[in-house]
Amino acid sequence: MTKETYAPGTHPSLPPPNNTVGIVHWLQKNLFSSVTNSIVTLISVYLLYLALPSAINWLFIDATYVGETRKDCAPDGACLAFIGERFNLFVYGFYPAELRWRVNLAALLLVLAGAAVLWDKIPARKHLLKFALVYPLIGAWLLSGGLGLEPVGTHLFGGLMLTLTIGVTGIVFSLPLGILLALGRQSNLPIIKYFCIAFIEFIRGVPLITLLFVASTMLSYFLPPGTTFDLLMRVLIMVTLFASAYMAEVIRGGLQALPKGQLEAAESLGLNYSQAVRFIILPQALKISIPGIVNTFIGLYKDSTLVIVIGLLDPLGIGRASVADSAWLGLSTEVYLFVAIFFFISCFGMARYSLYLENKLNTGHKR
Amino acid sequence: MSTPTPSTNPLLRAWYDKETRSVIVQIIAAAIIISFFAYIINNAVVNLAAIGKDIDFGFLWQNASYDINQHLIEYSSTSSHFRAMIVGLINTLLVAVAGIVLATILGFMLGVMRLSNNWLTQKIAYVYIEYVRNVPLLLHILLLHGLIITALPRPKGSYNFSDTFFLNNRGFQMPSPEFQSLFWIVGAFVVGGLAFAWWFSRHAQKVQDATGKTYPLALINIAAIVLLPLIVYFVLGSPIEWDVPALKGFNFKGGMVIRPEFIALWLALSFYTAAFIGEIVRAGIVAISHGQTEAAQALGLSDSRTLKLVIIPQALRVIIPPLTSQYLNLAKNSSLALAIGYMDVVATIGGISLNQTGREMECMLIVMGIYLSISLLISSGMNWYNNRMQLVER
Repeated sequence: MTKETYAPGTHPSLPPPNNTVGIVHWLQKNLFSSVTNSIVTLISVYLLYLALPSAINWLFIDATYVGETRKDCAPDGACLAFIGERFNLFVYGFYPAELRWRVNLAALLLVLAGAAVLWDKIPARKHLLKFALVYPLIGAWLLSGGLGLEPVGTHLFGGLMLTLTIGVTGIVFSLPLGILLALGRQSNLPIIKYFCIAFIEFIRGVPLITLLFVASTMLSYFLPPGTTFDLLMRVLIMVTLFASAYMAEVIRGGLQALPKGQLEAAESLGLNYSQAVRFIILPQALKISIPGIVNTFIGLYKDSTLVIVIGLLDPLGIGRASVADSAWLGLSTEVYLFVAIFFFISCFGMARYSLYLENKLNTGHKR
Repeated sequence: MSTPTPSTNPLLRAWYDKETRSVIVQIIAAAIIISFFAYIINNAVVNLAAIGKDIDFGFLWQNASYDINQHLIEYSSTSSHFRAMIVGLINTLLVAVAGIVLATILGFMLGVMRLSNNWLTQKIAYVYIEYVRNVPLLLHILLLHGLIITALPRPKGSYNFSDTFFLNNRGFQMPSPEFQSLFWIVGAFVVGGLAFAWWFSRHAQKVQDATGKTYPLALINIAAIVLLPLIVYFVLGSPIEWDVPALKGFNFKGGMVIRPEFIALWLALSFYTAAFIGEIVRAGIVAISHGQTEAAQALGLSDSRTLKLVIIPQALRVIIPPLTSQYLNLAKNSSLALAIGYMDVVATIGGISLNQTGREMECMLIVMGIYLSISLLISSGMNWYNNRMQLVER
C-alpha cells in the first residue's frame, strides 16, 4: 500500500462504494429488495413474457400493411391494410373530397389559435390572442360554408374533424358557462343559487346518452312550431351544457378553497362585485382548479364518442361501421386499437400540458 | 373633497341600495327563468297538439312484444312495457353493482401497485392507468366486445373447464343450481351466522374497549358464516342439484350463461373505473403524512397493523368523496350498454319501447328519473358512510 499525500483541497473525490452503483445494485434495490418483492418481480416478468411477445408479433411482425380486402391479410397477424385504405374516412368523414382543404386550413388555424392560448412565449401573442377569440367563428365558417364558400351540410361531418369540432366547441363554451354557474351557485341571491343548483345536479345525475337522445328526438318539440334545427348544433349545445355542469363543480371547488378574506379585502378596497370577481377571485380560483378543468376537458373530449348512439360518425363510429363491411369482416380489434391510439395521444397530451401549467403557476400555494 | 350628492331619482336610489338591488335582480332572473320554461312548455303543448299526441303513461301496460335476451325475472314478449322496464332496470343495477365491486378491488390493487417499491409493478400499473384513462370508455366496451366475439372459439371448440364450465363466443356457460326442499335449513344457518357475526363483532369491540383483550374476529366470523352452513349442507346430503350445461348440436343446453355483452360491459366498466380509483387511492395514501407511519412504528406496530390501523382509516377519509363520484360515473356509464346491445334500462324502455310506441317524452322522463334516483341513492349511501368515517372532532 502506497501512502500519498495531498495538499488541502486537492484530494480527488472517492468513487462511491461498489455495492451502490451499477445495474446490479439498481436491480437489487428496485426489483429484488426482499423475498416478496422478488416473487412479485418474477410473476410480473412471467406475465409480461406471456403477453408482450405474442402481442408484438400480432401487431407488427405478422401484420399486413398493404392490401385490398380481408383476404390479402395474413390470418395470424393484424390487418392494418384496412386502416390505410380508410384513412381519409377516419380523418374527414364524408366531407366532399374537393373541399377538404377547408378542413385542413381550419385545423392549421386551430393549431395557431391553440398555440397562442397555451404557449405564452409565442411572438406577437397579443394579436394572436385576439385571433384566437374570433377563431370559433372563422372555424365554423370554414367548415360549414356560407358567405361566399360553398355550404357543406353538417351531416357530412365525420371522423376526426367531428371529434375536434365537438371537443373545441365544448371546451370553448363550457368554461365561461361553467364559471357563471359556479358563481351563481355560490351567490347569496337564493333564486339564482337554487336555479344553478337544480341545473347542475340534474345534468350531473343523468347520463350524457339520455341528453343526446333528448337532443335528437325531443328537442324539436320545445322549439316554436316549424323550426328545424341542425342535429350537430343540437348535439353541440347538449355537450356544452353537460360539460359546463361538471366544470361548474370543479370551479366551485376552487372558489371554496379561497379564504373569505380575499373577497372582503377586495370589497374594502372599494371594488364592486364584478371587479372583485374578475381581478381577485377568479384568477386565484381558476389557478387552483386547473387540474380539474383539464380533466373535465379530457372527459368531454372522450365523451364526444357517444355521438355515435344518435347516428353521427366520429372515428369510433366510422370504425364500427367499417367493421360491419363485408369485405373487411372481423377486424374490430385493429380498428378500435387505431382509434384508441388517436384518443390516447390527444388526451395524454392534454394531461401533460395540465401538469406543466400547474408547475408553472405554482407560486408557493402548494404544501 | 365633496361627497357625491345622492341621486334624486328613486329608481336609481333603489338600484344603489344593496338589499333592494338583490331583490330586483332576483325578480328579473325569476321572470326570465319562468318565462323561458313557460315558452318551451307552451311550444311543446302546441307541437304535440299539432300531431295529435298527448302525455299518457298508459302505454306502460300494453304488450311489449319484443324479447330481452337476459332477464333475471320472468319475462316474455307478451309481458308489458312496464315489465320490460323493470327487467332493464335490473340489468342496469346488476352490471352497475358488479362493476362497482370489481372496480373497487382492481382500483385498490392498482393504487397499491403504483406505490410499490418494486419498479416493475409500479411501471406496469402506471402504463395501465395512463392507457385506460386516456381512451374513451365506449371504445373499451366495443374493443372488448369485439375481442370476445372474434377471438373466442365457437361453442364447438369451447374452452372446457372440467366439463362444467365452458367459455366461448356465446358467453360463459356454467351450471345453474336447483334448490331442493331441504335447502332452506342451510339458508337459515347462513342468516343465523350473519346475525351471530354482527353480535359477536360488537361484543368483541366491547370486550376490547373494556379489557384490551382481542379475539381472532375474522376467523370466528368466517367460521360462523361459511364453515357451519357448509357442514350443514353436506350433513343434509347436498340439497342442491346442479344443472350442468352440455353441448347439443351447435349450442349449449342447460345450465346458465353469462352473455358476452354482459361480460364485455362489466369488464370494460370495471377496468376503466379501476384506473381512476387507482389514482384516487394513491393520492389518498400519499396524503397521509409520513409522520403517521413513523409514529406507528415508534409505538411498535408491525407493518401490516400500521397499514390497517393507522394509514388506511385516515386515507379512506380522503378517498371516499372522489370514490363516490367514480361510483356515480360507473352507474351512469352503464348506459353505454346500448352500443353493444346489452338490454339495460336505456335499451329497453328508452330504446325499443320508445321506438315501438313513439312516446319519446314519457320514455325519456322515465329513464332520466331512474338515473336521477340511482345517483341520489348512491350519493346518499356514500354520504352516510363518509359521515361515519369522518374525523370525530372534540
